[in-house]
Amino acid sequence: MRLQRTHLYSLAAAAAFVVLLVAGDLFFDSFTLRVAHLCAIYVVLALSLNLVNGFTGLFSLGHAGFMAVGAYTCALLTMTPEQKEMNFFLAPIVPWLAQVHLPFVPALLIAGLVAALAGFVIGAPALRLKDDYLAIATLGFAEIIRVVLTNMQSITNGALGLKGLPMYSTTWVVWPCAALSVAFMVLLARSSYGRALKAVRDDEIAAGAMGIDVFRVKVVSFATSSFMAGVGGALLGHLLTTIDPKMFTFMLTFNILLVVVLGGIGSITGSVIAAFGVTILMEVLRFLDGPMNFGFFETEGRPGLRMVVFSLVLMGVVLFRQRGLMGNREFSWSMFSRAGLLPRPVEGKDSRA
Amino acid sequence: MTLPLLLQQLANALALGSLYALIAIGYTMVYGILRLINFAHGDVFMLGAYVAFYCVALFLLPWWASFVIAIVVTALLGVLLERVAYRPLRDSPRISVMISAIGASFLIENVAVVLFGGRPKGVAVPDILNVKLAFGSVSIMSVSLVIPIFTFVILAVLLWVVGRTRTGMAMRAVSTDLDAARLQAIDVNRIISFTFGSGSLLAAFGGILWSYKYPQLNPLMGVMPGLKCFIAAVIGGIGNIQGAVLGGFLLGGIELLTIAFLPTLTGYRDAFAFVLLIVVLLVKPSGLLGSRQVEKV
Amino acid sequence: MLRTENVTMKFGGLTAVSELGIEIAKNQIVGLIGPNGAGKTTAFNVITGMNAPTAGRVIFKGEEITGLPRHQVTRRGIARTFQNIRLFRELSVLENVLVGCHLAMDTNLFAATLHLPSYRRKDREARAFALELLEQVGLHGDAGELAVSLPYGKQRRLEIARALATRPSLLLLDEPAAGMNPQESVELMHFIRRIRDQFDLTILLIEHHMQFVMGICQKLYVLEYGVTIASGDPAAIRQDPKVIEAYLGVE
Repeated sequence: MRLQRTHLYSLAAAAAFVVLLVAGDLFFDSFTLRVAHLCAIYVVLALSLNLVNGFTGLFSLGHAGFMAVGAYTCALLTMTPEQKEMNFFLAPIVPWLAQVHLPFVPALLIAGLVAALAGFVIGAPALRLKDDYLAIATLGFAEIIRVVLTNMQSITNGALGLKGLPMYSTTWVVWPCAALSVAFMVLLARSSYGRALKAVRDDEIAAGAMGIDVFRVKVVSFATSSFMAGVGGALLGHLLTTIDPKMFTFMLTFNILLVVVLGGIGSITGSVIAAFGVTILMEVLRFLDGPMNFGFFETEGRPGLRMVVFSLVLMGVVLFRQRGLMGNREFSWSMFSRAGLLPRPVEGKDSRA
Repeated sequence: MTLPLLLQQLANALALGSLYALIAIGYTMVYGILRLINFAHGDVFMLGAYVAFYCVALFLLPWWASFVIAIVVTALLGVLLERVAYRPLRDSPRISVMISAIGASFLIENVAVVLFGGRPKGVAVPDILNVKLAFGSVSIMSVSLVIPIFTFVILAVLLWVVGRTRTGMAMRAVSTDLDAARLQAIDVNRIISFTFGSGSLLAAFGGILWSYKYPQLNPLMGVMPGLKCFIAAVIGGIGNIQGAVLGGFLLGGIELLTIAFLPTLTGYRDAFAFVLLIVVLLVKPSGLLGSRQVEKV
Repeated sequence: MLRTENVTMKFGGLTAVSELGIEIAKNQIVGLIGPNGAGKTTAFNVITGMNAPTAGRVIFKGEEITGLPRHQVTRRGIARTFQNIRLFRELSVLENVLVGCHLAMDTNLFAATLHLPSYRRKDREARAFALELLEQVGLHGDAGELAVSLPYGKQRRLEIARALATRPSLLLLDEPAAGMNPQESVELMHFIRRIRDQFDLTILLIEHHMQFVMGICQKLYVLEYGVTIASGDPAAIRQDPKVIEAYLGVE
């Protein structure tokens, strides 16, 4: 494989990234670090939603459900028997879960697989539906999952949730996950399978006529997306160290949808940038929910003002700049050379096809 | 399960079914015309209840005046919603419209949280609705009887408008084929506004009546009913008004009677609607009263 | 090569196609003509598996393919173009054709994403084939362009190239000459004959363009309101009073 100039740039960027991680881990205070980790997790979540909504063109609103499945699975597998006993004081945990105690990485993978299974089970019926109906069906499934989780006292501890989860979502866990997600999506997008996904998105009927098993492609895409969502949910759970069914409402799906729409549906780069942007903005705007002092006047912030801002942002984007930040374009080093920041590439080395 | 208890539950189911029907109609009308799920419809329902509440609590108006004002205001809000969130996107891909709908819904909910406060508010139920009526050993609150009666009257009016007036005919034309309707010199925008307005009007009716039966308001009170009522509309056959009514009653009935007979399932109450939805979508996606739509290649 | 037996297609109360019986021999170029709404595209849809017929059978290369899902039909060797061009709008010209190659590549998500050696080899072969096809239709220079940015005539050619990428034995063309001037349609006639010889194809086409049809088809079937009112060689069809009546109305 020839070492093109662009590959060198990418390697340099990767190295810089690792250096940043080390520095951040050493110097950031725990709060900033937490926000940073949240950004990484949102990258994973946004990409998983983008896979099914942006690449395959299926409007799925059930993401929170798969996140919940992943989070609960991972939590129940990684909690020690003592922690479980402490949590399940209302009704004891089912015996076959009581003694299970796995290290984090296997638990994470299992969580993803269970979520993928859920995606497969839900997708098989739901993906036969079109557009709006798919959206409502997936939303419905997410709600069913939530209601079930709230009621299965002896497995999930019901509405009380699970507290005291081990804080496994550290720098060297979440950021590799984020990086892997990005790498996966980029490779997929450039492959023939990625083309098949986009073909299904652009014109299902023509795709079928070209020999693509449309239904199968949809299910595979959906299950893969659910896997990633499950992993993201698990990472989230182990960052916040507590999970309960009320966390996984439609509002959570909305947040991720916001990221994807802002970044540009179908753009990996957009999702990454927007994940950072929205997560940081969420934290920064937290002040809106409490009293504000602008120096020259004080206002009582109101809870919910933050979400008002985000709703306005979402609507603004969809009404005025539908394509979001990146449209469906991707990052490439040639952007910098076009802007004059990097030397221009030699003719013939830069082609789209 | 004693007979008096069963009759009581039936009365409740009837009332709940009526409320669901009122809200479901708004969904089905909008979907029939614009092929759009108006996610914000449930929040319009909530707004109707709140406007009525504030008319009484803040402006000290009598309940019937608040009722009328709230309905009118909410209908106008529905028209405004369409103008701002949906009309600019009429030629855009469906996904954009849906995102706008979701955004509008969240916006309304959170503005409500900011304006009204997140804590539940108690509604002052008008006296005549607070009467405990006794039929032998069965006791039913008057509100539970008034609601279905009200609903049937409203429905009769609506069906008359849709079936017998020119506006109604125009509505049906637009919902069958928007472009063809335009060619028939029908002012499509006006009809769409009318549809949103009347759908929101019905939702406001539903909201206020709901607040009389379940007298606690909170800004997110429209979320679950909204979702369930869309499901009711789908079950009955989306785009079909009679279907929405049927779906609403069916859903309300199933929800309450299942819990009445199987109290252990009370926690799963909200899931019934979704399970029913998925069953219907798999078995007969066009709904009970709906008709199949074929896509031309 | 292809045979249909009494294929009938009803949509609710409407009978779009009634008792269609066509027979196409290998390497023939056959035309399906008739006034608008005669059911020609519906016939295509039934043959390619878009719709399962209400009655009747479709037999391809001696095997029954009635009711097979459309991607299976394509795998058996039948490809088509569409009346309203259905290109993949967000993909480039080359990528559109490559989608047609996906079938032959027969990979799964993991092999493709991980760029395993087996995948890379197939990808190279597919690209070479795709570029060659583009050259055949004269679109080689537009390979990197967005498919929908091409002018109409080129888009039609791209659709044909994409269909050819699936390596069909039978090619169905839905109004390939639509919107073309006389010179372009003559070029198209040559082109179709050329690809028929080069790729060993059999061709069934729908067209309204009478000169084109008469010039290229060896056999014609005439449909009106779903019913086959005439069939045979073009010269005879031209004189057939029923056909004239169908197109021009009763005098």
